Amino acid sequence: MPIQVLMPALSPTMEKGNLAKWLKKEGETIKSGDVIAEIETDKATMEVEATDEGTLGKILIPEGTADVAVNTPIATILADGESAADLGKASAPAKQERAAESAPPAAAKAEAPQPKAAPAAPQAVAEPDPEVPAGTEMVTQTIREALRDAMAEEMRRDADVFVMGEEVAEYQGAYKVTQGLLQEFGAKRVIDTPITEHGFAGVGVGAAMTGLKPIVEFMTFNFAMQAIDQIINSAAKTLYMSGGQMGCSIVFRGPNGAAARVAAQHSQDYSSWYSHIPGLKVVAPYSAADAKGLLKAAIRDPNPVIFLENEVLYGHTGEVPKLDDFIIPIGKARIVRSGSHVTIISWSNGMTYALKAADELAKDGIEAEVIDLRTLRPMDTETIISSVKKTGRAVTVEEGWAQSGVGAEIAARIMENAFDYLDAPVARVSGKDVPMPYAANLEKLALPSAAEVVEAAKAVCYR
Amino acid sequence: MAAPKKAAASPPQDKTNGGSPPEFTREQELKALRDMLLIRRFEEKAGQLYGMGAIGGFCHLYIGQEAVVVGMQMALKEGDQVITGYRDHGHMLATGMDANGVMAELTGRRGGYSKGKGGSMHMFSKEKHFYGGHGIVGAQVSLGTGLAFANHYRGNDNVSVTYFGDGAANQGQVYESFNMAELWKLPVIYVIENNRYAMGTSVSRASAQQDFSKRGASFNIPGKQVDGMDVRAVKAAGEEAAAWCRAGKGPFILEMQTYRYRGHSMSDPAKYRTREEVEKVRHDQDPIEQVRNRLLAAKVSEQDLKAIDAEVRDIVNASADFAQHDPEPDAAELWTDVYR
Repeated sequence: MPIQVLMPALSPTMEKGNLAKWLKKEGETIKSGDVIAEIETDKATMEVEATDEGTLGKILIPEGTADVAVNTPIATILADGESAADLGKASAPAKQERAAESAPPAAAKAEAPQPKAAPAAPQAVAEPDPEVPAGTEMVTQTIREALRDAMAEEMRRDADVFVMGEEVAEYQGAYKVTQGLLQEFGAKRVIDTPITEHGFAGVGVGAAMTGLKPIVEFMTFNFAMQAIDQIINSAAKTLYMSGGQMGCSIVFRGPNGAAARVAAQHSQDYSSWYSHIPGLKVVAPYSAADAKGLLKAAIRDPNPVIFLENEVLYGHTGEVPKLDDFIIPIGKARIVRSGSHVTIISWSNGMTYALKAADELAKDGIEAEVIDLRTLRPMDTETIISSVKKTGRAVTVEEGWAQSGVGAEIAARIMENAFDYLDAPVARVSGKDVPMPYAANLEKLALPSAAEVVEAAKAVCYR
Repeated sequence: MAAPKKAAASPPQDKTNGGSPPEFTREQELKALRDMLLIRRFEEKAGQLYGMGAIGGFCHLYIGQEAVVVGMQMALKEGDQVITGYRDHGHMLATGMDANGVMAELTGRRGGYSKGKGGSMHMFSKEKHFYGGHGIVGAQVSLGTGLAFANHYRGNDNVSVTYFGDGAANQGQVYESFNMAELWKLPVIYVIENNRYAMGTSVSRASAQQDFSKRGASFNIPGKQVDGMDVRAVKAAGEEAAAWCRAGKGPFILEMQTYRYRGHSMSDPAKYRTREEVEKVRHDQDPIEQVRNRLLAAKVSEQDLKAIDAEVRDIVNASADFAQHDPEPDAAELWTDVYR
């Protein structure tokens, strides 16, 4: 049966175009791939290639015709053995109706009716912290040591785990977090990279796509901006874009947030940046035990995890349970201090201000409940909401900027889930809306303080 | 590095260097013809379906460049990995991915390689060692270097074949990757598909060093220019590069001199080159016609060649049919595969 050639579209939004020129005449032999005509719109010209072989039977739209609707038959091709007498029987190739042009894409050729609204998002369910059996020995460690032990334990357990980054091996880590790892695991698994964040982040993601489990250290997260395309476009999205076929088990870790006296380019909190991205998990511990348990969980997690440490906290000590497999589940906040008057929510170094403020507030008879989020994505909304339902007041504390910050997200979730329980608007304490200044006095002013948290807590308590 | 399994390949021979590439056996010629034809016909069909509105968004066709990926694939062994940018349909078919799954991904259907969630630029196959399909120009070069890193880490003798274009060759992370690949002696073949235009910008307007085989010079990475329209030259160069990598000598750069017949994407105004230029390459250098003419000269019958045409056409038509009838993904798929 003769085959119709239809007016093609140059883009999904094109509805009509001009038939500029015929390059083949009626009766000419046509091979697949031959250019038979040219069409044009105001922005582009396109060649119409034959996808079938035979003879150009009849030109249905003469050249020079303007505004030919897409999918109008423009010519007929006769197959071997067919003649002009067969022209009347011409049919379009199977299923030539336009799918995505006139109808919205989601409705195109759906065989089953699709719901108009998106189905509800699945809710993350966080596991509780592990039981620490009574009598477990507690080891006093710095956060730096806890992080190193987490990596060392996971590297002993799984030969696919390796560490790469600038100065992680021979220098023993720019902040000494990888101290001793080269000696124990050798240069094959503890890899000094050139100063080339974009490149080695991509190398790590590529290795992870094959099933290895890289720990990529950024000397600080400020430099990860060089690599953020690989983190977001490659690491976070590949599982989805591959329909679940190819994922990426990788940890990007390093110090984040304000450091001391290093000015704007080396002193910035990326919490909200990464917590914005589906496909990533974002962890930001405050205590030594959480640092260890969460880093071990991050290394075992089959997804890309952003592990935000804090330079100021590296030397802080805490009690870490001496257990073979101490894992803190990702996604679960911790109530660090119980109280009934106001909920203070923070994470990482923000907890320093929050806890200090809680002590101060207690002196004035205000009992603050302090929540350490520990994980920013997926966020433990449940713990926040049940606390706010109890206290009726909430203050968020972060070093990052307020606009589109994590505090803004927390406030929105409280508004969505506990509006009727609120006795005051949620208050945000954040870094000031300026690049970090160098001068000591200005730097101090740019950062949140315990005094600001106290003030905000009193304000929401109308005190 | 594991000891290389293969002995070094035959000495470099390619047209660009004045030599003639080693002849193919009849079986090799027939296989090359069939694999290149499959890509050509598949891409023509994809272009047609795009014109009908069945394929949305971006669609970058590989027509004209078929000899590059087919010749390279003939030089590889099971286990070698392939990764490329967004002009990727040809690479998928050449690695043996199923035409139905690729076409159904183009139409956004559930039977597509990514369940319809990736589209033209984002498909993967663990089974065929195809690591995508990447939409950010140059990103696949770091990722492909990471595949080679994994081979090196595991001590196997697989090679990562990392494809990118003359446009991507100007991206910064390419050179970051070159540095690490040579520093750590990673088994990666960087295949630069120089099709002479980065979208609408010709090589001469964008590249200070237009000999892409020299782009690794400051890292001591060897490179060579290859006639990317001659599938035999491509295979020979691919074998040489693969032997180099498997011997633990590090990366190798192959500049494949090729040509894209079609626009950069479907909505290409094509004002940056003349029709005569395109026609001349098609007429003089077409990779498929070269093989077909050699086969005819070697007295393979028209009948036999037509049988290959028919087989390929059947595969392509079946894929187009499948891709238009397969249902769209279930709405619940919106939320799957974000985490695992």
